[in-house]
Amino acid sequence: MDFSNFLYMKQEVSLMIVFIFLFLYDVFCSEKGKQRFQLVACTLFAIHTIFGFLPHILDAIFGIKYNLGIGILGCFSFPTGDAFGGMFISSDMTIFMKNILNIATLLVLLQTNNWLKADDTVHKRGEFFIITMVTLLGMYLMVSAGNFMMLFIGMETAALPLACLAAFDKYKEKSAEAGAKFILISALSSGVTLFGMSFLYGATGTMYFSDMTAQIMSNPMVIIGFIFFFAGLGFKLSLVPFHLWTADVYEGAPTSVTAYLSVVSKGAAAFALIFAIYKVFGNIGIVWHHIIWFLAVITITLGNLFAIRQKDIKRFFAFSSISQAGYILLGIIAGTAQGMTAMTYFVLVYVFSNLAAFGVISAVENKNGGDTRISAFNGLYKSNPKLSLVMMLAVFSLAGIPPLAGFFSKFWIFMAAFAQGQHVLVFIALLNTVISLYYYLLIIKAMFINESEEGAVQRFTTDGYNKTSLVLCVIGIFAIGILSCIYAYIGTLSFGVIR
Amino acid sequence: MIPMEHYLIVSTLMFFIGIYGFITRKNMIAMLISLELVINAVDINFIVFNRYLFPGQLEGMFFTLFSIAITAAETTVALAIIINVYRKIGNVNVGNINKMKN
Repeated sequence: MDFSNFLYMKQEVSLMIVFIFLFLYDVFCSEKGKQRFQLVACTLFAIHTIFGFLPHILDAIFGIKYNLGIGILGCFSFPTGDAFGGMFISSDMTIFMKNILNIATLLVLLQTNNWLKADDTVHKRGEFFIITMVTLLGMYLMVSAGNFMMLFIGMETAALPLACLAAFDKYKEKSAEAGAKFILISALSSGVTLFGMSFLYGATGTMYFSDMTAQIMSNPMVIIGFIFFFAGLGFKLSLVPFHLWTADVYEGAPTSVTAYLSVVSKGAAAFALIFAIYKVFGNIGIVWHHIIWFLAVITITLGNLFAIRQKDIKRFFAFSSISQAGYILLGIIAGTAQGMTAMTYFVLVYVFSNLAAFGVISAVENKNGGDTRISAFNGLYKSNPKLSLVMMLAVFSLAGIPPLAGFFSKFWIFMAAFAQGQHVLVFIALLNTVISLYYYLLIIKAMFINESEEGAVQRFTTDGYNKTSLVLCVIGIFAIGILSCIYAYIGTLSFGVIR
Repeated sequence: MIPMEHYLIVSTLMFFIGIYGFITRKNMIAMLISLELVINAVDINFIVFNRYLFPGQLEGMFFTLFSIAITAAETTVALAIIINVYRKIGNVNVGNINKMKN
């Protein structure tokens, strides 16, 4: 066997090193050392994240595709191409997408400190980090898959530990409920995906993306295969006819896990979907075009309308994230390199905006004993002005108010769809942005205008980890929108992928 | 030899019986059994396509082996979570995991 194939998987190998080190640390470390577990884990993961960014940094300094060659410095350059006979594809775009997932995971890990310090979770703190990293490995494989078997293995590696994470608060009934609902639905969705894949295999005789492309024609077998496959991924991405699990799982799961589900899991599913659709189903655009058009419209609209009547803030963000998934579909429907750029940029911005909101939610929730009703946020401005400011920036960015990054990400994604002649779709999406502004402002109203309730949180200071993550999120919300070089850079990456 | 269509009819029936069972059963263990039907229908599909249409290769067979292993893992995790639910509410009826609906 040729081990040089592993050179294409540097991010995976680096993640596995972090994973094994943390595992051994958790097993063999003394009680005293375990108190520093959070610090060690976050530092190691931050190093892993920075390591993943090296090729982009080198690109920025030395020009595109700078190669350091072999030797010591060679460790820091990332080769691109097909590994393991085309099973695993590494391109500049997949490296960048994995980096987005890394940033999001790092921010989530920073936000977990308060929750994991509590008495009933402190003894399984190590487990949380280890399981999270396994799901992340699965998502890497999903993004890099060049074969439907690899895609399936990645999806399952991501979904099974996520169910364990959703049921992580084992003494809470809600958490057990969330775990049960998640595992049953994800098992069903993987069965549906598999059924689709079996028909695709029957129609084409191969599981490799690159070999399959030429064989894909719009005959009934391929269309059945595509529809079942798409439905299975739709469950993961929580598109509307398949979204029913989302609100319950998001509400019941621990807040940090909800943040992870809504950002990292959804982002990885979106990346996998865009690669599969662009690479494999490019020939039958006429088929998926109508499906995605219709799904985008009902996903955005229903997500928005249901968000209006939510009383619980985690449920509220569940429906808000459903409608954001609808916007992601707008980038996919464009079917061009511009669409892929806009979608990747959209996910990057969504990571920072959504995690800022969830950071505030988990900080408040840890102080008031797990109360996540929106009315628990009444008068937050009086008691904690800085936290409510962060929350305001987050929801404004999600709604797309101009100086913040959320405006630019929506702008680019609408541009990409509009350039392909999707005028009606973009118009409907624009109308929905106005609706979404209404319900996002309900949170602002609760924080700034409503009088605080009896027993609301008093003034408190969050711990250093959460503060770091919130500061990073705020920097991201401002900087990514203003630094136009980021969008241009993603553009250069995505043009290599399609045609 | 039995024609390929006969296998496909059986597997499609199994798939939709599985989906029907998943939707109508109230017991979570029975739902898991229905899911098992779904996955096994897929496995039959893969093997039949491989044997009849592409006899020169083994991709479908390999996929079946992988899917059996992964489904076993999935069932294990699901059973663990169901046991946890049982400890919390005293039964495994999906109608009773409705705390978040109200």
